[in-house]
Amino acid sequence: MKFSVMISEGPYTHQASDTAYNFTKAALEDGHECFRIFFYHDGVNNGTRLASPPQDDRDIVNRWSALAKEYKLDLVLCVAAAQRRGIADADEAKRNGKNADNIAPGFRISGLGQLIEAGIQSDRLITFGD
Amino acid sequence: MPETKKFLYVNRKAPYGTIYALEALEVVLIGAAFEQDVSLAFLDDGVYQITKGQDTKDVGMKNFSPTYKALGDYDVNKIYVEQESLDARGLTLDDLLPLTWEDEDDDWAKKDSIKVISAAEMAKIMEQSDVVFSF
Repeated sequence: MKFSVMISEGPYTHQASDTAYNFTKAALEDGHECFRIFFYHDGVNNGTRLASPPQDDRDIVNRWSALAKEYKLDLVLCVAAAQRRGIADADEAKRNGKNADNIAPGFRISGLGQLIEAGIQSDRLITFGD
Repeated sequence: MPETKKFLYVNRKAPYGTIYALEALEVVLIGAAFEQDVSLAFLDDGVYQITKGQDTKDVGMKNFSPTYKALGDYDVNKIYVEQESLDARGLTLDDLLPLTWEDEDDDWAKKDSIKVISAAEMAKIMEQSDVVFSF
């Protein structure tokens, strides 16, 4: 089955990203195909490479990056949500006159159309959040 | 896969206090460009999103409720409001924004977009939808 995931909460504060990660990993290992992972609302905070969690805890951001590399996942941060919350790639930083970017490896920034497309193209779209 | 899918946007939260309602509306507006079969549902505190007379001056947030009135122009004209949620909050249809659309197949007659339905009917609409976004 071809599935997509929407994550609507940030890391650590909320378990949405953890559960989404476990679900996605299990589904991929089971042979299912992931069309896209879309990060919305505070979920865009899952895509900052500046996160430095304690060493004895899970590294949520790196874990997504590693999974994306292994399975060639499409990790998309919503551009409007990311702008509000200070998540930027080099292009976005330049466009908004910021002197730094912070997007983590394996993530990209794009529009909400990517979420709608995921709904159209996937057999199932699963939301993780409240 | 069908050419168009039934999209349902479920709005459950109050318009201010959290950003979910505003960012949900942004998804609906973008999604309207994809020519899918779109419905909106308002239940729980989400019914407050489309109440009349919102005034956010003192909380310093943008009153985005006028944007709902534009939904009809985007062919988003199936707006379901749960009766039980209105009742629990002492609200009636008269407290809600008059959301309308113009039917081009009926000489552009202005028609109401809002339908107040029961929780049981809402469950059926959810069941019949292909893609359900919950905000």
